[in-house]
Amino acid sequence: MTTIDDIISASEHKNWLARITSLQSFWVLLAAIVACLALTFLTDSFATERNLFNVARNFAFVAIIAIGMTAVIASGGIDLSVGSSVVLSAMVISVTMAAGTPFWLAALMALGAALLVGLLNGVLVAYAGMPPFVVTLGTLSAARSLAMVLSDNKMIWEFGPDHNLLLWIGGGSTFGIPHPLYVLAVLTVLMSCIFKWTRWGQHLFAIGGNENAALLTGIPVRLMKVSIYMFSAFTAGLAGILMAGWLGSVTTNLGQAMELTVIAAAVIGGANLAGGEGNAVGAVVGALLIEVIRNSLILLGISTFWQGMFIGTFIVVAVAFDRVRHFRS
Amino acid sequence: MSRLKLIEISKHFGAIQALASVSLSIEPGEVLGLMGDNGAGKSTLVKIIAGNFHPSSGEIRIDDRPVAFHNPRDAQREGIEVVYQDLALCNNLSAASNVFLGREPVKRFGPLAFIDYAHMNRVSAKLFSRLKSETRPRDLVRRMSGGQRQAVAIARTLLSEPKIVMMDEPTAAISVRQVAEVLDVIRRLRDHGISVILISHRMPDVFGVSDRIAVLRRGELVANKRAADSSPEEVTGLITGAIQAA
Repeated sequence: MTTIDDIISASEHKNWLARITSLQSFWVLLAAIVACLALTFLTDSFATERNLFNVARNFAFVAIIAIGMTAVIASGGIDLSVGSSVVLSAMVISVTMAAGTPFWLAALMALGAALLVGLLNGVLVAYAGMPPFVVTLGTLSAARSLAMVLSDNKMIWEFGPDHNLLLWIGGGSTFGIPHPLYVLAVLTVLMSCIFKWTRWGQHLFAIGGNENAALLTGIPVRLMKVSIYMFSAFTAGLAGILMAGWLGSVTTNLGQAMELTVIAAAVIGGANLAGGEGNAVGAVVGALLIEVIRNSLILLGISTFWQGMFIGTFIVVAVAFDRVRHFRS
Repeated sequence: MSRLKLIEISKHFGAIQALASVSLSIEPGEVLGLMGDNGAGKSTLVKIIAGNFHPSSGEIRIDDRPVAFHNPRDAQREGIEVVYQDLALCNNLSAASNVFLGREPVKRFGPLAFIDYAHMNRVSAKLFSRLKSETRPRDLVRRMSGGQRQAVAIARTLLSEPKIVMMDEPTAAISVRQVAEVLDVIRRLRDHGISVILISHRMPDVFGVSDRIAVLRRGELVANKRAADSSPEEVTGLITGAIQAA
């Protein structure tokens, strides 16, 4: 039996074309594809295997962290410390591996170090009630300083007995696809499902939508916040390990100012800084667009000084687009 | 047998006496209009019944059984639900998600637990039709009218088959037609044997649905009588203090 209600809800919910075109990430993806096509025709070097390989790998690091950042932003917070968590994680794995620790143990310690940063962020935000901007600004400074102490501010390029394994994991490829891209793909699919289909995901968006309502309905808001900041730090730690393997050397300026690119990617991909909105695919698409812009400026011979101008414009356009969309509905 | 009985409930915050020895009872299927000026102690009383505050002294009984609430969960377990003034809804989620917020049903596959959206939509649709509200479970709350939001907040309380529903200013910020809808919903709750405590400033709404009216002034209960035996003029006098007690 078809009632008028079914028809109304079908027209509002089931028209996939209308749904897709109302997604910010769809338009961002379209912009990225157009840019790619234009570059293919304008330059000889864009569509080469080597360049595409580089683009894919470079954007994977930002995209992995942008998924973590999307979780934080969708819950109504912000995490400025991800760049420092990257360098802390990379430094822990390189120092311990250089001291002879096997890769898997060192990787666990690196992730553990990043998770501790997330735990500190989460506890200070959720239990001490401090503003996330200030807390993570503090850990941004503290975690990088810790990485400097740990390495005595020296570059590390010898990773002990598992040296080649680390380089293979971060910088190698299988079936022509760089490894960080596999990690990104798994994380994207996993987090898309978790955001949509688990109570953790549902509660995350509820906290971002109306924290007071979440509290009143008995959602463990504090515990949720701690887990969200720890997840964000986990993605940064993961990226740190992969970047150490990709670069083959770790210095203490790794991941500097990376938080800004990551936040830009999340916001361009549809995460709402007021909370309550965001998705994993959007974060990936946002990161992709930023990397394509960066790459195209280099290939077109435009000074990289212009990069910030383009990315800045895209952030503002993305938010303006979001305003227009809300205005319409 | 009273559904809810408050015996000499007092609450003070430091030197401030918010409630002074308030005794009140409500029967099953009764609508109690709780009135009073700002700062008279209405919210404090509601928060004590809902388990947000612990009374400084006094006793709460449900179905003649003494109870002690340490948090809102304890009160919910005893069948007490609250519709908050700001409704406590998440605009970014669907109506069904809001109804089930914090109580989402899951389907388990081994260690994995997925939210059962189909079940949520089905049950919410039933609750909305029970409230005779034209709210669709999958619609985002952001796009809803005040009356529909109110229905979502009320449907949430019905999920657990409550004994007592408290509503804080449910008609404060909605249109006239929507007020009529909300009052109808209150009558429907009453017909299902649910006790309703209605906190409101709006005299016609309170007299429209209440069986009994209680008035608080400066933390004291100054009136507790059948609505039919009172009048808006008398209640106004009681609230302002022009009439001492009735």
